[in-house]
Amino acid sequence: MVERRPALGVLAHAILLLGVLVVAFPLYIAFVASTHTAEEIVQVPMPMLPGPHLIENYHDALVGGGKGAGSTASVGRMMFVSLVTALVIAFGKIAISLLSAFAIVYFRFPFRTFFFWAIFITLMLPVEVRILPTYKVIADLHMLNSFAGLTVPLIASATATFLFRQFFLTVPDELVEAARIDGAGPMRFFMDVLIPLSKTSMAALFVIQFIYGWNQYLWPLLVTTEENMYPVVIGIKRMIAGGDSQNQWNLVMATAVLAMIPPALVVILMQRWFVKGLVDTEK
Amino acid sequence: MAAEKRVVFRSGWLPWALLAPQALIIAVFFFWPAGQAVLQSMQQSDAFGTSVEWVGFANFATLLHDETYLASFSTTAVFSILVAVLGIGLSLVLAVFADRVVRGTTFYRTLLVWPYAVAPAIAGVLWLFMFSPSIGVIAYALRHLGINWDHLLDSRQAMALIVMAAVWKQISYNFLFFVAGLQSIPKSLIEAAAIDGARPWRRFWSIQFPLLSPTTFFLLVINVVYAFFDTFGIVDAATQGGPGKATSILVYKVYFDGFKALDLGGSAAQSVVLMLIVVALTVLQFRFVEKKVNY
Repeated sequence: MVERRPALGVLAHAILLLGVLVVAFPLYIAFVASTHTAEEIVQVPMPMLPGPHLIENYHDALVGGGKGAGSTASVGRMMFVSLVTALVIAFGKIAISLLSAFAIVYFRFPFRTFFFWAIFITLMLPVEVRILPTYKVIADLHMLNSFAGLTVPLIASATATFLFRQFFLTVPDELVEAARIDGAGPMRFFMDVLIPLSKTSMAALFVIQFIYGWNQYLWPLLVTTEENMYPVVIGIKRMIAGGDSQNQWNLVMATAVLAMIPPALVVILMQRWFVKGLVDTEK
Repeated sequence: MAAEKRVVFRSGWLPWALLAPQALIIAVFFFWPAGQAVLQSMQQSDAFGTSVEWVGFANFATLLHDETYLASFSTTAVFSILVAVLGIGLSLVLAVFADRVVRGTTFYRTLLVWPYAVAPAIAGVLWLFMFSPSIGVIAYALRHLGINWDHLLDSRQAMALIVMAAVWKQISYNFLFFVAGLQSIPKSLIEAAAIDGARPWRRFWSIQFPLLSPTTFFLLVINVVYAFFDTFGIVDAATQGGPGKATSILVYKVYFDGFKALDLGGSAAQSVVLMLIVVALTVLQFRFVEKKVNY
């Protein structure tokens, strides 16, 4: 701060607090709704303070089999599907991007530039612009309703490849020479030198890609038709059907809170890497 | 590719093996389907795929004369402008005040960034629940203020609902970039202006705001991309494109026409138009990145 202006300081805190409250309000409402019975919520206006049914509602949501008009599948299973999907996507993206960046930076081979640009162009082909034909490929490969169908098509990553390429270019050449003198081959160099050096970038990418994987919606909407393969983000949408009074909003909101916890935890606990990841992946 | 390594490894087969997984995935799941989309956009087939006819650019011509498609274009334009302007404006205000605060920065930042982690579809569900005409708390409060909220009937309210959910989710991202941008402005500039008698308001408009313009422009592009492509979940969860087609943005329409209405040629033509939009936005983004380096 340049000068003392107590009034402005108070105003700053007031505005930030207001911002925090507005941002947190939907979460608060969801939490409150998840602690009441379905009947209490459809009373207008719904209660604004938490009620006594927290454990019961979360238990019912996790186990499934409620009496709502929409899907009543087990949220526990959905969380498991989401977790596996997000982890496979995050680790898969990091792994194959490390390998291709290593090939592009440390080797000379025909069509190297061609591959580089081919990976680059995938930036311009998000799932949203090629939904139908991609769906058809998955259907032809019999990958509908499988973890492979949920994850493999999303594992290619131009941004991660770039990030690692940029990083590898800053690694001093002397390290390669030293490794060679010590008789290490390329894979040994990759495993023992490059991977340990890339740890921070990997952590940063992990945060971003885990959230990306967990929050996928359009793609799982297309490739999953069976309840036991729904990720939680799809499951919650399927729980809402018909009019407001037929939905078990308490369970829907409990599911929403459950679905937000893992990615929010990753962001909050890995905040330093999260910020680095955001800044790096947009370069 | 500009930069090159001076020292490299020699191997005939290893680089190919390393590239194979990525190359295979992008070939099968990116380039093949994208090529199919371009092909199908010039074909006309019935819903069962029994007959396929080559029609050239007829699908595009139909598209450009289709009132609902043009309407979807302007819906998307209105939606992305509102999301970008509101999202950037609100997060700039928060970032400028967060920059002034000495204590509690981490506290505010943590509480402002978490919506980034919320899935668009979940954001849609949360806002739908608060604004539900029959049971929503905010709809109830608005009724007491004399506003009859029913986004199931009123198309402008439906648009407002998805804009609010989309902005709410995106503020954290913009906020982080503005905070970083403000921190990179040299303190000496601000101090010099203060010594010359410039008050905070004046300092903001003549120093901080102009120096933030690269960040603002970058965020503008990112927010438009976000509004175009990443808000499908919000729309599908909150309004399903309704009432009528009032919130049917381009990405929602591609999905709806392809999977619900089974108009393969038309949906493919829309995909190709979307690809062109992504290419244009990516070029814009990269030209800007070059500018930032020179800046």
